[in-house]
Amino acid sequence: MATVTNTPADTHTADHGHDDHHHGAPKGILRWVLTTNHKDIGTLYLWFAFIMFLVGGAMAMVIRAELFQPGLQIVDPNFFNQMTTVHGLIMVFGAVMPAFTGLANWLVPMMIGAPDMALPRMNNWSFWILPFAFLILLSSLFLEGGGPNFGWTFYAPLSTTYSGDSTALFVFSVHIMGISSIMGAINVIVTILNMRAPGMTLMKMPMFVWTWLITAFLLIAVMPVLAAAVTMVLTDKFFGTSFFDAAGGGDPVMFQHIFWFFGHPEVYIMILPAFGIISQIVPTFSRKKLFGYASMVYATASIALLSFIVWAHHMFTTGMPVGAEMFFMFATMLISVPTGVKVFNWVATMWRGSLTFEIPMMFAIAFIVLFTIGGLSGLMLAITPVDFQYHDTYFVVAHFHYVLVTGAVFSIMAAVYYWLPKWTGKMFDVTLAKWHFWCSLISVNVLFFPMHFVGLAGMPRRIPDYALQFADFNKWISIGGFAFGLSQLIFLVLIVKACRKQGEPVTDQVWEGAEGLEWEIPSPAPYHTFDTPPVVK
Amino acid sequence: MEHTEKYEKYYVPAQSVWPIVGALALFLIAVGAGNYVVEVTRGESGFGGYVLATGLFILFVMVFGWFKDQIHESMSGMYSAQLGRSYRQGMAWFIFSEVMFFAGFFGALFYARVIAIPWLGGASNNAMTNEVLWPSFEAMWPLVSTPGGIQTTAMGWYGLPLANTIILLVSSVTLHFAHVGVEQNKRGQIKAWLGITILLGLVFLVLQGYEYYHAYTDLGLTLQSGIYGNTFFLLTGFHGMHVTLGTIILIVLFLRVFKGHFTPDNHFAFQAGSWYWHFVDVVWLMLFFFVYIL
Repeated sequence: MATVTNTPADTHTADHGHDDHHHGAPKGILRWVLTTNHKDIGTLYLWFAFIMFLVGGAMAMVIRAELFQPGLQIVDPNFFNQMTTVHGLIMVFGAVMPAFTGLANWLVPMMIGAPDMALPRMNNWSFWILPFAFLILLSSLFLEGGGPNFGWTFYAPLSTTYSGDSTALFVFSVHIMGISSIMGAINVIVTILNMRAPGMTLMKMPMFVWTWLITAFLLIAVMPVLAAAVTMVLTDKFFGTSFFDAAGGGDPVMFQHIFWFFGHPEVYIMILPAFGIISQIVPTFSRKKLFGYASMVYATASIALLSFIVWAHHMFTTGMPVGAEMFFMFATMLISVPTGVKVFNWVATMWRGSLTFEIPMMFAIAFIVLFTIGGLSGLMLAITPVDFQYHDTYFVVAHFHYVLVTGAVFSIMAAVYYWLPKWTGKMFDVTLAKWHFWCSLISVNVLFFPMHFVGLAGMPRRIPDYALQFADFNKWISIGGFAFGLSQLIFLVLIVKACRKQGEPVTDQVWEGAEGLEWEIPSPAPYHTFDTPPVVK
Repeated sequence: MEHTEKYEKYYVPAQSVWPIVGALALFLIAVGAGNYVVEVTRGESGFGGYVLATGLFILFVMVFGWFKDQIHESMSGMYSAQLGRSYRQGMAWFIFSEVMFFAGFFGALFYARVIAIPWLGGASNNAMTNEVLWPSFEAMWPLVSTPGGIQTTAMGWYGLPLANTIILLVSSVTLHFAHVGVEQNKRGQIKAWLGITILLGLVFLVLQGYEYYHAYTDLGLTLQSGIYGNTFFLLTGFHGMHVTLGTIILIVLFLRVFKGHFTPDNHFAFQAGSWYWHFVDVVWLMLFFFVYIL
């Protein structure tokens, strides 16, 4: 993080004198449809992600309502399956990934001193594919026979032999989501590699930019593999191939190998930008440089590389040879080393810092604690013999919701609170934000923590009914779920107020300890920034 | 302030209608294809095919309009060396994504050959898999007799596939000569070598079509012939689609050469098309080795 943040006085932010050369944002709805502006597109991505977060959350509410007590009461099992499936797909591809892409759009050009993304028109195209893709996915729920009901992992033969006709729409909607992600990732990677201001060397880049560079690489590497996987599902289901059918010489387990070769890097796609965000926020509110910047960069790269050789830890119970299980177990455990480096560095950054606890910092600290819990349960799941017990139980659900909700989603909320004043020029409603934080923090733990217990006791996931002994915990889980869902409405109100520019004006720096190029331009950030690149010393 | 002197203004395009047109096109293609696939399999008639065709047509209009804008901008000198690097890097990463797409299918091929089929035959500790499921099944590659009992014939590598390999290899060389022609601004050389490359691409596609015909009629090798036919047709099929796209790209380049486009300093489109063609060629070499020979 070396010099950009150390020597703001030496850094030229050449945009101030140039603002008057620009026209501001065009008016009307067409501004958003035709835009090539990275800030507009970032806003579009973030709103889209938030709406999808609420839609996917509503589906989670259906799941929790059904599981409030044992027995079948509210929805039929097939619809329950559609809810678990589409909830997962929406949260992964519709909420978390677009939210991070939106943050990258807003922040990466400002952080590296670029006038915009490298390929602005393609940027717009990547965004506008998404609403259409999810329109297809969501509308398939209303078709005869229902939408996808085979889990977001669409394992064969559930997705091939036993699925409905809407599988074809599912496949093509995943295809165009993939096109969107790949184009978005190409844009980010080219922007970072080619658009940095003079003097912004790679090892001076803010951590958020570094983590996104590596995330973009992962996206380009694995989204095409997902495309190949859905294509084989399509041909197996509709054109008589037998990739995943042993009678034709294929293997249903092969589906899992191909899927998780995509799927495991995918989960790091959803957490590496979160690491970047936390690495921006913690130093600001500790008023210290990030501890171990270089080790953070290398840790991020190590996690990314390791993510390609651990996929089969999702498949310990499929009957792989013991040697393979051992390999994937130890490779998985190895990931805890670079991840541990990161957690250590965040804590070391806070150590003896002048800490203050503004809203973004509260979310960041919650992230560090709760993500670590999710990481530790992941380490438990990595142990092959133990995983035989945990596999497909609520313990797994608890694990990945700790890393994805209190990890990825909390980091996105932290990021929004951190940069929102820069985007709008006004401080958000801090009282509402505190309510949002505490309600979310308490409810999310009521929601996900007991899942560890029911999981260890053997409650299977993705089943609409359960044995009586799980009833008490499930009641509390559901109450936590509804409370967490309702808490997000506070966030919605806060964001709407912020977008209407209510609140006290903020300074350019916004937060006392904030350092980096984006804090040296005016608040709100002008429509065009860095037409002339700043010089970073 | 020497840095400011070195600086060229980066071209950030104004609003453009093409991205949303492209998004609409992909929407129609996805909806159309999703319905068309079901209609075809069930032998019903429906709107899917029309929606798909409309989407493809709009996509074509989008690509045409978008590229037209871009060529206009490029020819009026609005671009900088930095933007040229953005385009080249973007193309390189796009090709990397294509490599990974093929890797998915090659992965399926390797998994089937090295793991799935031997295990079905009882290898490793899977004796009971063979015993219980298909006791008469014997592992082999090419898998001309599936556990389920489908019989087929393997495609040899000698003859037509070898000829196609030579054609594609030669086409990479001829395209390189055309590229050298661009760099040295020898218009005749560009036209001649690019024209030959396009012809070679078309011959490859015709021969590949004939090979499919031969497979279906003479060999009984179809898309439904078990994992051997599956991997054969998906790998060669997607490769063939890429050759088709590559040929279209080369034809567009050819037409642009006649309009006087491409200078030694400014020929991103030519370079991108050329990279794409070489990539398609390398994929074929992998295919020829792993699908046909081994």
